[in-house]
Amino acid sequence: MARYGLLIDYEYCTGCHSCEVACQMEHNLPVGKFGIQLAEIGPWQIEGDKWQYAYIPVPTDLCDLCGKRLAKGKLPSCVHHCQANVMKFGKVEDLAKEMEGKSHMVLFTPK
Amino acid sequence: MGEKTKPWRWQEDDLTVTRGSAWSGPGCHIGCGVLLFTDKDGKLVKVEGDPDNPFNQGRLCVRCLAVPNATNHPDRLKYPMKRVGARGENKWERITWDEAYDTIVKEFTKVKEQYGAESVIFCQGTGRDIAPYISRLAWSFGSPNWVPLGLTGNACYLPRVAGCIATTGSFWVADCSQASPLRYDNPDYKVPECMAVWGNNTVVSNADGFYGHWVVDLMKRGTKLIVIDPRLTWLASKAELWLQIRPGTDAALALGMLNVIINEELYDKDFVDKWCYGFDQLKERVQQYPVSEVSRITWIPEEKIIAAARLFANSKPATVQWGLALDMTQETLPASHAITALWSITGNIDVPGGMLPPPTLLFYGGGWGDELISDEQKAKRIGLSKYPLYQYGFVVAQPDEVANQLETGEPYPIKAAWIQTNNSLACMSADPKKTYAGLRKLDFVVGVDLFLTPTIVACADIVLPAATYPERDGLRFGDGPQRGEAINKVTQIGECKSDMQINLELGKRWNPEAYPWDNVQDMFTHMLKSKGVDYSFQELREVAPIYPPQEYKRHEKGTMRFDGEVGFNTPTRRIELFSTFYEQAGLDPLPYYKEPTESPLSTPDLYAEYPLVLTTGAKHWGMFHSEHRQIPHLRAIHPDPTLQIHPEAAAKFGVKAGDWVWVENSMGRAKRKVEITPIMDPRVVNADHAWWFPEAEAAEPTLFNLWDLAINQLVPFQPGKSGFGGNYKSLLCKIYKVAEEEV
Repeated sequence: MARYGLLIDYEYCTGCHSCEVACQMEHNLPVGKFGIQLAEIGPWQIEGDKWQYAYIPVPTDLCDLCGKRLAKGKLPSCVHHCQANVMKFGKVEDLAKEMEGKSHMVLFTPK
Repeated sequence: MGEKTKPWRWQEDDLTVTRGSAWSGPGCHIGCGVLLFTDKDGKLVKVEGDPDNPFNQGRLCVRCLAVPNATNHPDRLKYPMKRVGARGENKWERITWDEAYDTIVKEFTKVKEQYGAESVIFCQGTGRDIAPYISRLAWSFGSPNWVPLGLTGNACYLPRVAGCIATTGSFWVADCSQASPLRYDNPDYKVPECMAVWGNNTVVSNADGFYGHWVVDLMKRGTKLIVIDPRLTWLASKAELWLQIRPGTDAALALGMLNVIINEELYDKDFVDKWCYGFDQLKERVQQYPVSEVSRITWIPEEKIIAAARLFANSKPATVQWGLALDMTQETLPASHAITALWSITGNIDVPGGMLPPPTLLFYGGGWGDELISDEQKAKRIGLSKYPLYQYGFVVAQPDEVANQLETGEPYPIKAAWIQTNNSLACMSADPKKTYAGLRKLDFVVGVDLFLTPTIVACADIVLPAATYPERDGLRFGDGPQRGEAINKVTQIGECKSDMQINLELGKRWNPEAYPWDNVQDMFTHMLKSKGVDYSFQELREVAPIYPPQEYKRHEKGTMRFDGEVGFNTPTRRIELFSTFYEQAGLDPLPYYKEPTESPLSTPDLYAEYPLVLTTGAKHWGMFHSEHRQIPHLRAIHPDPTLQIHPEAAAKFGVKAGDWVWVENSMGRAKRKVEITPIMDPRVVNADHAWWFPEAEAAEPTLFNLWDLAINQLVPFQPGKSGFGGNYKSLLCKIYKVAEEEV
């Protein structure tokens, strides 16, 4: 059976937390528990006007890739609501191919 | 008009799904498309973004995702109450809606008979869908005094709108394809080569009808950013150019960029010749702003000012997404005028990917129903004599003069207040202790809100429970390019009613002719039909969202002016770089820069005592102004009010991350928690606004910790010459640690 995953284009992730809260609401998670959680990398100065300032949402062990939503033909709630449109759900094989064409991407295989 | 064919309501397993628009409260007022999920008991259990809505295209921010936790919150106001203790004691008794309405009518009528209807003021906060309904309520009662209570110089959005209309005959917004339901696929649309993000952090603030992440959409499509911000925002870190500006000096920067563009002849000569008025005078004026001088004022290196000017002028098209920082400049009108000149002389007016004159379906910004109030009463609007500009197309009272009049009772006393969607003391009011003292002198105060707020506990005699957006029907047309959306009721909490229903029912009691409708749906249908939108409310929600037709270069087609002539809707039919309107109103007809009232340059002695520039009011992801502090999932994202400070400054002033400090100036102080971050200039600190702790004791003297937390205790009532603008974002302060026993 094919494995599915989440592809994140973290060049454009703004750190808006929509993935975190969409997941908490979808799964009725209390404050402090996450199915996906943001990591903040920076901000710190590389040199001059170049800054390291990035966010990466990381699926946790509570992530089930929204199996119930998938069964209804919907996207995982984090992907659906991502404000910067930087999350993609799909077969790992297909998503990995997309990474060849662009920098600043990361692929997660939560489950 | 584009029309949707999908249903507005359907069943999905055991849940009902209702399509609609999200217009606060709680939350902002851009009106994203949402799907509201309710269970068989009618309880709101989930909110999702509507993928079929062109505005947000399925995306949604945390505030709407968490709306069920706000709507169903145990602390919601659920029925009308009257005060039974002293003001501030937080002692209330449940009453019926009838008793509440009867009391309000009796008390307001008493004031009207003794002092005149103008002695009752009608106060609103930001736009929780309130302008048409509260203005009609005020005018149907006979009071001309509709006011954003305590907002010095009306310093939010209105100054930019007013300034643009005065000088160009229209408002202008960055074209992110939002006026077409086809969005980026609209064949007429062009992606801007460059966007100046000026004085707002769009992805967080989502202000003025602008969905902030459109900027990210454009970045992916190749748009280069110039970000003008005192802080390194995420957008600034991705920008071609980040101009770390000293707060309050935006007009100087714009004039410096104009200096470069004009002297290097980078402007659009054809557009200037045909469509601009007063270019020679502007050219002369900008000679006062050479880049070296502008660099000294703004703290931006000269080479960056030059590079920004050249990048902006050489990009076709270029656009500007500007924000609140321009309104919260004391001399806001000349600042806006300068930026308007930037996009005008570079030929970015009404071209695809440039600046759009927003298409309108249902204009409500000027209130609804001014035929209900007599000219004699209109003439009593507070602030008209001091600020003549308020007579020209503006219908609100001048907030600084309202604050003065609350204090002095001159030229006539204010005796009662209707406060709806307005937690003024915790949020928008400058010098909130002055507003507090003024309100406490009143004979009778009504508060209408979602939760008990510091403003209600401190001042109200009657409190009415307002509905959140999933509890109400409504119309959503909006700021910026308008589109017609329906807000659809899916649930009921306690005895809550929508602001519209409350005002309809109350207004019927004192002026039934002004409210000939049986219910809010009939009222909405009337509003639509009377403006030529040929749908009933029930029909609108079937087809929403509807879009008015869009076309570019309207000034060449004669559709910008009411008389059908080509050109713009100004006396000269041109974009007025030299404003005939300002000249008539006794204001400088050309853009200029004025140093903030207190600053390192204008008050060096004060700067020695208060050695940091203070800016306030930047938004956070999970909070809209003073809202959302009681929503656990959102509060967890940003639990405490913070002061952002550069590591060097933190070391200099001896504070560590997580320390509680007092931020203080000559007016007052407020507590903040230190966040050390390199995104700040070492000379500037940034304090959150609108904090109160709903979890703290409500009764005075604690008042939800208001007086420890309100940063506006440092903000003076200090409007610009025109009566517009204020100094919320450019102050001086010092900081010192809060003593251990005070934490």
